[in-house]
Amino acid sequence: MIHEQSISEMIQALERGDYSCRELISHHLDRISNENLNSYITVDDKNALNQADEIDALRAKGNAPKLAGIPIAHKDIFCTKGIKTSAGSKMLDNFIAPYDSTVSTKLKTAGCISLGKTNMDEFAMGSSNENSYYGPVKNPWALDRVPGGSSGGSAAAVAGRLCAAATGTDTGGSIRQPAAMCGITGIKPTYGRISRWGMIAFASSLDQAGPLARSAEDAALLLEAMSGYDPKDSTSINKPVPAFSTLLNEPLQGLRIGICTDHFEKGLDPDITNAVQGALRFFEAAGAIIQNIELPTSKYAIPAYYVIAPAEASANLSRYDGVRFGHRCESPVDLADMYKRSRSEGFGKEVKQRIMVGSFPQVITMLTIGKPSRSGAS
Amino acid sequence: MIVDKKVVADIAELALLEIPQDLQESYIDSMSQILHLAEEMQTADTQGIEPMSSPLDGIQTLRPDRVTESNQRPEFQKNAPLTENGFYLVPKVIE
Repeated sequence: MIHEQSISEMIQALERGDYSCRELISHHLDRISNENLNSYITVDDKNALNQADEIDALRAKGNAPKLAGIPIAHKDIFCTKGIKTSAGSKMLDNFIAPYDSTVSTKLKTAGCISLGKTNMDEFAMGSSNENSYYGPVKNPWALDRVPGGSSGGSAAAVAGRLCAAATGTDTGGSIRQPAAMCGITGIKPTYGRISRWGMIAFASSLDQAGPLARSAEDAALLLEAMSGYDPKDSTSINKPVPAFSTLLNEPLQGLRIGICTDHFEKGLDPDITNAVQGALRFFEAAGAIIQNIELPTSKYAIPAYYVIAPAEASANLSRYDGVRFGHRCESPVDLADMYKRSRSEGFGKEVKQRIMVGSFPQVITMLTIGKPSRSGAS
Repeated sequence: MIVDKKVVADIAELALLEIPQDLQESYIDSMSQILHLAEEMQTADTQGIEPMSSPLDGIQTLRPDRVTESNQRPEFQKNAPLTENGFYLVPKVIE
């Protein structure tokens, strides 16, 4: 079946002429129109089919770019010009992005065709995709289960064969966790590797974009296309991008794999422990050296996340005030009423909670400490 | 510091949010939890650790102060709830 093919297989099939790009895209759009996962918020069928025809014409001339015609989907947190970009929130239900994110531009330049925008936890806050204004997403492997989050729509769409691969964002697990829960491959790249221009901000010192795909090879192909320095993002790192997809068949002989033993201590499901142990035996048989390691400060990761992420979120989300874009309440009596009611109506419960929790340390820091401490925490 | 209903109400006022009465208790809980987590971080020994602005060798990039984008006000204002003659309209501020 077409939708079971890997990205490389699709490219080869398109080049051989097994099917046209229009056929490949139509096939996926048909599947989306019958989906029962609620994985898409917006389907962009018209643009997708137009682009497919352009790719077919380019291929006939021998000018098709590397990933020409590959059907992908964008998490609805990436601005896409002329297309609703909601971040899963009522606040942005009426927001039509006036420009393209660097990620969507780069993937389009590489030839990928966006089928639409995927569902997500509101403003990427959540880990089950139940916090979306557009309703929960279902896990394609078991419809009574959650797909994980916040990139739950992307993970479900990729696992449900409703696109070949998808984009996501990860602040505290939002690519890796739904990828795991949907049985696919997701990667949160190094901070700075992928430009965040046009990506709606949640916690700016942690947010990073990345791919969700059905194999390491597909993820590498997408990661390659998404990565690279962008002067429009001041946190973007100016380093050459390795050709990740050509590094997949390197021998594992002599490769050292560190096992962080404190992550296996308690609370881990035995099925998961067994699966990880099985993978380790496989790597060992292939010549890798398994070595136990300790990360003694990793216990501070969760406290640090829960202080940093909400604090940055409360600052980033202060821009939603009902003035220039986003939801505005009906007949405000004055400016303060407009700000307050627009925000209270536009944000969901989880988002409000995180703004409150995030405003709190800022306020007590001002009251009790007064100035940033030596350790860099402010 | 003790988180109570007054603290929740004060923070809600600063965050420009309305918090329903029945949710106040859950906010007290989650805000107390944050204090707890901050205390946990206080146990980390940061003696002798230099603060860093980037985990990589990232540097603050600078660029010449030149206009690089064209004015797209009409385009941007398509998303605005209320505009007039290129201005954003809000309720009257000064009586």
